[in-house]
Amino acid sequence: MHDITVVDLSRLQFAATALYHFLFIPMTLGLTFMLAAMETVYVITGKEIYKRITQFWGKLLLINFALGVATGLTMEFQFGTNWSFYSSFVGDIFGAPLAIEGLMAFFLESTFIGLMIFGWDRLSRGQHLAVTFLVALGSNLSALWILIANSFMQDPVGAAFNPVTMRMELHDFAALIFSHDAQAKFVHTSIAGYVTGAVFVAGVSAWYMLKHRHMEVARRSFRMAVLFGVLSTAGVITLGDALGFVGGQAQPTKLAAMEGLWKTEAAPMPFNLVAFPSQKAQTNYGQLQVPYALSLLVTHTLTGTVPGIDVLEQRAATRIRDGIPAVAALKTLSSDPHNVDALAQFNAHKQDLGYGFLVKRYANDVTTATDTQIAKASRDAIPPVAPMFWSFRIMVVMGLAMLAFFVLALIYTMRNDIEKHRWFLWVAVWMIPVPFLACEAGWLVAEVGRQPWTVFGVLPTWMSASTHSVSYMIFSLVGFVALYTVFIVIEMYLMLRAIRQGPDDAHPDALMTAHPLTDLPFSYREA
Amino acid sequence: METYAILQCIWWGLLGVLLMGLAVMVGMDMGVGTILRYVGRSDVERRVALNIVGPHWEGNQVWFILGGGAVFAAFPLIYATAFSGFYVVMLLLLWSMILRPLGFEYRSKMPSPAWRNMWDWTLLVSGLLPMVIFGAAIGNLFRGVPFHFDWTLTSTYTGSFLGLFNPFAILCGLLAACLSILMGAVTVMNGAEGVMYERGRTLARLGAAIGAALFAVGGWWVQRMPGFVLDAAPGAGVPQTPMQQQVSLHAGAWLGNFHAHPMLWLVPVLGFVGMAASYLAANARRSHLAWWLGALAWAGVIGTVGAALFPFMLPSISEPAQSLTIWNSSSSRVTLGWMLGFTAVFVPLIVWYTSWAFYVMRGKVSAAHIAADDHAY
Repeated sequence: MHDITVVDLSRLQFAATALYHFLFIPMTLGLTFMLAAMETVYVITGKEIYKRITQFWGKLLLINFALGVATGLTMEFQFGTNWSFYSSFVGDIFGAPLAIEGLMAFFLESTFIGLMIFGWDRLSRGQHLAVTFLVALGSNLSALWILIANSFMQDPVGAAFNPVTMRMELHDFAALIFSHDAQAKFVHTSIAGYVTGAVFVAGVSAWYMLKHRHMEVARRSFRMAVLFGVLSTAGVITLGDALGFVGGQAQPTKLAAMEGLWKTEAAPMPFNLVAFPSQKAQTNYGQLQVPYALSLLVTHTLTGTVPGIDVLEQRAATRIRDGIPAVAALKTLSSDPHNVDALAQFNAHKQDLGYGFLVKRYANDVTTATDTQIAKASRDAIPPVAPMFWSFRIMVVMGLAMLAFFVLALIYTMRNDIEKHRWFLWVAVWMIPVPFLACEAGWLVAEVGRQPWTVFGVLPTWMSASTHSVSYMIFSLVGFVALYTVFIVIEMYLMLRAIRQGPDDAHPDALMTAHPLTDLPFSYREA
Repeated sequence: METYAILQCIWWGLLGVLLMGLAVMVGMDMGVGTILRYVGRSDVERRVALNIVGPHWEGNQVWFILGGGAVFAAFPLIYATAFSGFYVVMLLLLWSMILRPLGFEYRSKMPSPAWRNMWDWTLLVSGLLPMVIFGAAIGNLFRGVPFHFDWTLTSTYTGSFLGLFNPFAILCGLLAACLSILMGAVTVMNGAEGVMYERGRTLARLGAAIGAALFAVGGWWVQRMPGFVLDAAPGAGVPQTPMQQQVSLHAGAWLGNFHAHPMLWLVPVLGFVGMAASYLAANARRSHLAWWLGALAWAGVIGTVGAALFPFMLPSISEPAQSLTIWNSSSSRVTLGWMLGFTAVFVPLIVWYTSWAFYVMRGKVSAAHIAADDHAY
């Protein structure tokens, strides 16, 4: 049996390490593509300034990339170390996109990033540009396969439970990779990365303009970032809406929690702009509503309605009762795989197997589950409403703020008087943390909203964890917190230092040995 | 044989190849980290050593990620049981792996000697420790690992962390470290000149000689230790769980496959020949040849482990009947088939562009060039 403290500590560790990892990923996604664009300009125009621009942002990318790789390893290990039942239960499906990500994407970006940084003097312009594009392609393909894997957790299509092997198995590979959730989420997330890269480049360039340093690099970088940013922010909002639409159908509980929708209402439904949801009282305090807006947002009509938490809990209770015979039959089958009666009973109830597992948390022998236990389990079927409600709103407000920022920046850039608006340049600098926070909030909406499941409707979170002792979990958590704190301090220090030095710096040793600072060769090997 | 059984065997073989790739490519970088403080006495020398692997360590590290991903996709039950069972080992391995990139990236970003010294030690520990642990984990497969399943197939590990460091496992760990030092030293020879080349040569010969001796002792040991025998099971290519087999233990049983198929003796012979010839090649200053022979030695050693354990992958000492084999822990036929397709397309591509990357960055690293380059490690 699982110790719930261990499950909670495993969840805490996963959330902490995933959110940390996700600080570095969006910037890699965005910066690699922006570098490819900058270098394309260099190759087309042949102006050295664009080479310097590419090399400067490339250096900042590398500082970021190293931590992205390092913390990504943690994620790949963690499924096995902390979520071993999850891994064996859905590994037949979930493992494949992870492995393909390594084969198709991660190898590509990791091999070519070395050439991108070290290969300037060894490759022709065209070859180097191709290398930079391959790094960008690699990082984006990487996001694609990881999000395909994630989408299986959100909307498990293309697979079914096999009672002979006691696990979920892949049936339809195409359904898995072309799932609507995967498509919408990939575009939404990767474009969110482009926004992050654009805000970062714009912010750092604005800071140089404020300090009147590296003006040639800063002006050009700012302009490119604004163009990149305005397009991607518009894209990220559009796709976010599409994702909400797809997600609302696949996971009504996520949508209800996001909107604080305790009671099912008749169309046209009002939208809760502000509210303070209470899980205990099953109601919102101090809510401020916009009439009609929810129907418009989630169904794109005025007549549409979606089920509230009251109805969803009822549905969960019904499915739990139907899932209990499935779990009982499965237990018989595990020791007697050829039992015909058990197989028939299992097949009759298999669509609710996951809901049967939901009540196993309270009644280890599910056939003895009482009404109180079933009621408890069906209340579990609703994710925590307040964190969902607020992370969603924080994400949306930040997205809209960035859109406004980029539109204004575009206007100033087109008028060519951006440097006259010093207040706006300061806004650009202070914008830098915003996309990072928005990305983190987006992760919370997607993954907290999936609770209480690791695989929606199929496998509850409480069953998915490994059977470790609490002391093991504390040991690993303390280790990660210590390591990751050191990492972020070093990363921030190096990043800020590289930014302060700007595009004209040299290696610290070159400074010490008084090498000329202009146009250092980038190769360190003899031809 | 059925398609499913063939796919299972292919994936078992591919996993072996991945393990070899990981051992050779990551082991080489880790070896350079392990011997960094010996081959490089001054800061410039250490930077030369680091920059030899500089452009490639990132790509090489992917073998590690790919290895994890392939076990997950092709043998999910092995991934789940081994990664959670070897919990502390896996964490130490992981923490070493995530410290290494930072060591490479950040060491030379600051001129302070204390800063650089700290990272040199980090690179040493994060190079040596994972190789010893990697070897020790493999060594424990021969003894069996204490785990069992409940009816839902939730696994529980009942051993302790320190229990993993039994004498045989330590022997395997040292063997892995020796081979990694051999490969790291030969890599330094490939990329450096003069006094560093000579230090690399000394360590390469030392690694090959001690490695061969440990491999021989290991063989003698396995002959006497209890091995697992699969007495009854649903068989190859039949969907099943680990709850349906009978397993017994007999002294020397791990050599059963070799007795049944004497051709298999060529595999450990390959390991010995690889180490001996690598020693001779390093001695004769043929460092590139020594590298390939060292890789051959790794193939022989890992191949020997696979040949001895087949069809077992993760034997359980506490519930031998629930031991994991190729047949009861692989993915479904559909998944194995799709994954094979992706592998067939992408592995040749990876080999092609990795070779190209090495070709572009070929040649010797010199102190003068490091001093002149602001991207050097």
